[in-house]
Amino acid sequence: MSEKTTGDEQELRVRKIENGTVIDQITAGQALNVLKILGITGSTDAVISLVMNVPSKKMGLKDIVKIEDRELDPGEVDRIALIAPRAKINIIRAYDVVEKHSVYLPRVIQGILRCANPNCISNTNEPVRSKFVVEGSEDKPIFRCFYCEERFENAIEHLI
Amino acid sequence: MVFGKRHILSMRDFSREEIDLILDRALELEPYAKGKRSDRLKGKILANLFFEPSTRTRISFETAMKRLGGEVLNLDSTESSSIAKGETLADTIRVISAYADIIVLRHPKEGSARLASEFSSVPLINGGDGAGHHPTQTLLDLYTIKRESRLDGISIALVGDLKYGRTVHSLSIALSFYGASIKLVSPPGLGMSETMKSDLMDLGAEISEHDSIQDVIGDIDVLYVTRIQKERFPTLSEYNKVAGSYRIDKKLLESAKDDLIIMHPLPRVGEIDPEVDGTKHACYFKQAFYGVPVRMALLTLLLEGDGDE
Repeated sequence: MSEKTTGDEQELRVRKIENGTVIDQITAGQALNVLKILGITGSTDAVISLVMNVPSKKMGLKDIVKIEDRELDPGEVDRIALIAPRAKINIIRAYDVVEKHSVYLPRVIQGILRCANPNCISNTNEPVRSKFVVEGSEDKPIFRCFYCEERFENAIEHLI
Repeated sequence: MVFGKRHILSMRDFSREEIDLILDRALELEPYAKGKRSDRLKGKILANLFFEPSTRTRISFETAMKRLGGEVLNLDSTESSSIAKGETLADTIRVISAYADIIVLRHPKEGSARLASEFSSVPLINGGDGAGHHPTQTLLDLYTIKRESRLDGISIALVGDLKYGRTVHSLSIALSFYGASIKLVSPPGLGMSETMKSDLMDLGAEISEHDSIQDVIGDIDVLYVTRIQKERFPTLSEYNKVAGSYRIDKKLLESAKDDLIIMHPLPRVGEIDPEVDGTKHACYFKQAFYGVPVRMALLTLLLEGDGDE
C-alpha cells in the first residue's frame, strides 16, 4: 500500500514522504490549528508540509499535514478531533502506510482550550492547566470547564 | 458511602442519596444548633478563609463548629495577609490545610473552590465561588423546604435575578433530583441563561418561564425570592420600576395556597414587604437558622465520616 493524498497522482501537490505521519481529511482551513494543537511551532526542526483546501471526494475540500520522521502516537493526535473530527492518521514507513486510524475525541481535555468565562479561576496566574470534560454527542460535543462548569460548543474559538 | 476527606464543591457532585443523608443528619443535630451542649468536634479546627465579605455563611459555620465544641480560625483580611503580597490561592490553601482540619473558602473567582481542593490535604467546603456555586446554601434551602413543606414533586417559583444569582443555579440543579416543577420569574434581561436552562432540562427538571409572580402564585408550594441588584440596571429609576413589580406583599399572597412557604437567601433589600414577616408563609429567618444544623451535619460527616466506611 503506498501513500496517497487525493487518490489521483496528477493531483499530488506535495511529494510523498519516506517516514513520518500524514494527517489526512482535516476539516478545510484547520491545518494551522492542527499544528497548534500538536504543539508544532516555527521552531521545529522537522520537515512539515501543509496543504489547504484541496478537493476531496468525501469532504468537498480538505487540508492535509505531513510531518516527516516523526510518528505521532494516538494520545497525541486524538486531540485533533476537537477541530477535525474526520481526520485520518497515516503512519508512513519506507513510503508505505503501515498504520491508519481515525481520531477519537478524548473525554477529558487538558490544556489546548481556554475557558470562555473570564472570571474562571483557570484564567488566572494559579498553577493550573485548563481542563474540560466533554459532554454531548460526538457530532456535537459540548465542553464543560472542570473548574467553573461553564459550557461552550465551539472549540475553535477557544483554542489557547 | 464515604464522606471523610471528600470536598464539598458543587451540587453536581451529589447524588440524591447523599443529599438525603446530610439532611437526615441535620435533623438529628437541630437540638445542638439550638444550644444543647456537645463536645463532638472537640480538638478540631475549622479555617474560615474568606476572600469576599460574608455574614451569614461565615458566622453560621463558626456557630456550627463552636456549638459542637470545635475551634475556628477566621482569615478574612486579605490586605494584611500574604494574599495581598501576590500569593496564589494554591499556595495559601497548601499552608492553611496544614494548620486546620477543615477549610471553608469563599472566593470571587468561579471554580476557585475546585482548584483549591486540588491543593488541600483536608476537606474543603465551597462557601461561594463568584457567580458559581454555593452548595451549603443549597443544602440549607433543601432542608428548609423539607422541614417546612416537602421535598418530593413540589412546584417552586424562583423569582428575581436568575442570570447572575448563584443560589438559584445550585438550587435548581438539586431540585431536579426531586422531580420539582420549576417556574422561572425574572425581569427582562435577568432571565436564566440558555446554557443553564438546557443543563437543567438535561438533568430532568420541568421548567417554565413567566413574566410576573401573579401568573404563578396560585399554583406553587414554594416562593423563592432573590435580590435584584441595582448595578444590573442602567439607571436608578429603571431599577425602582422593575424591583417594584417583583415585590412580595400581603395583597399578592391573597391568591396563594394556604401552605405556601416564602424563602429568601437574605439579605433582602425591599423584595419582601416587612408586613409579610408575620404571616404563616414567611420562612426566610427560619431558613437562615437552618444553615447551622445543615453545616453541623457537613462538619460531622466530613470530620468523623458517616459510620459506613
